[in-house]
Amino acid sequence: MIDLSLLPDGGMAWLDASGPSSHLVLSTRIRLARNLQARPFSPRATLADREAILADVQGAARETVSLRQALTFRLDQMAREDRLLLHERHLVSRELAGLGEPPTVRPAAALVLGQRVGAMLNEEDHLRLQGLCSGFDLEAVYEQVEAADGELGQRLPFAFHPEFGYLTSCPTNVGTGLRASVLIHLPGLVLTKEISKVLQGLAQVGLTFRGLYGEGSEVVGNFFQLSNQTTLGKSERELLDHLGKMVRQVIEYEEQARQVLLRDVPTIIEDKVWRAYGLLRHARTLSFDETMNLLSGVRLGAGLGLIDRVGLYGLNKLLVHTQPAHLAAVAGVEPDDPDLSVRRARYVRELLEDEAGRRG
Amino acid sequence: MRCDQCHERDAVVHLTQIAEERVVTVHLCERCAAEKGVESSASLGKTPVGTFLASMGKGIDFANALPGVTPTGACPTCHATLSDFRESGRLGCAECYRTFEGSLRDLLRRLHGSSRHLGKRYAPPGDEPPSSQTSTDQLREQLRLAVQAENFELAAELRDRLRVAGGAA
Repeated sequence: MIDLSLLPDGGMAWLDASGPSSHLVLSTRIRLARNLQARPFSPRATLADREAILADVQGAARETVSLRQALTFRLDQMAREDRLLLHERHLVSRELAGLGEPPTVRPAAALVLGQRVGAMLNEEDHLRLQGLCSGFDLEAVYEQVEAADGELGQRLPFAFHPEFGYLTSCPTNVGTGLRASVLIHLPGLVLTKEISKVLQGLAQVGLTFRGLYGEGSEVVGNFFQLSNQTTLGKSERELLDHLGKMVRQVIEYEEQARQVLLRDVPTIIEDKVWRAYGLLRHARTLSFDETMNLLSGVRLGAGLGLIDRVGLYGLNKLLVHTQPAHLAAVAGVEPDDPDLSVRRARYVRELLEDEAGRRG
Repeated sequence: MRCDQCHERDAVVHLTQIAEERVVTVHLCERCAAEKGVESSASLGKTPVGTFLASMGKGIDFANALPGVTPTGACPTCHATLSDFRESGRLGCAECYRTFEGSLRDLLRRLHGSSRHLGKRYAPPGDEPPSSQTSTDQLREQLRLAVQAENFELAAELRDRLRVAGGAA
């Protein structure tokens, strides 16, 4: 079993609800896709290539300030439940963790994790540098990732084309290789049925959305990951400015939608929030999806000041620790254990009771 | 709901645009939407890669049309072919971008709206990183040549790059 205390901040500093707009935005993430010039891209790389890429990046990382003390986790040598744990902490993609179809981990698939930035190795690209922070702060995250990119790029020859920019395995990532995403909670827009219009509007301006776990995941608990669709033809700053501007706009729409709900259907909203809280506080079995949806209701209530028995940090903690691999790790059972829904309900009850007690 | 354009047919496309920080919604029927070049919401969600990949390579004489392509149409470094790319949607190596440059340029324009990287310039280890003064001078020279050659698309992109570099008048 992986020792999570080894991870800097348990890999969860992004959940502490300390960043800007934390009541709406859970986290901001930026990744840069990079490949080593002399090696075939991941799909065509041999076992020897993949091991060499891992060794080269580790060697270079040790010489940098950003990743000098980074830990390396070899996903290809880890048990499935540990890989799932890292995925649930949003530290590795589904693909790198070998949780997709077919469920196989690629050789030398690894996570190099530093204090502020990390890198997924031997994923679709050789190197996917990523930075993550609590709340909505594109600038701060880019600064961290860019510094690590600069340091690594001085030591490893990256594949770069004068016209096309940084070269990637898939042409949808070429150019800057930058994908910035903001994980945002939008229950107001969902309840007022404005969400599809907003999402279509975002598609019109070159942005896209995904679910809680990024690419290929479904939307649960009204959490949406908004990110840039294109990576070429604009500078990194322009891409970030554009996304930032649009996210601020979405935040404004969400705030407006919440005010409309409070103004037009105050009793219905208050009832919804407290019913969600009541179920979480007293239920004896809870599925993951149900938990996410109920947490969404309580989070909305906390944001509107309708409920003060639980804080944002407590809600964020619930979001992480009610996931299958996290519950299973604590209980020492498999993530598909049939009693997991009972354990989940117990965990939620205890945490909410504790929070309510501390808040009087 | 009637179409805002023809006022006859039912509106099936609801186009939301953000212009000057305001949201404007236009309701259109399939035909009027098509005339305006608007895709329906169903097609918006689909990745354009598949369609473009499917159309790539048609009528291209690989052996002659693309510079640097070996007679078999394979990348000289990793031996991937355009048909491999069509199947997997992934390039084989960095050299593939040079080998299939012409086809890829077209694809990149359709995917990203441009094929020209305007972001961070990269110098591999050992190479002196271009000083901002030099790169601005180079951009100005490229811009002058582009205007001379009446390549206005390139000129516009170079002008944007100069603006980003802070060197535009």
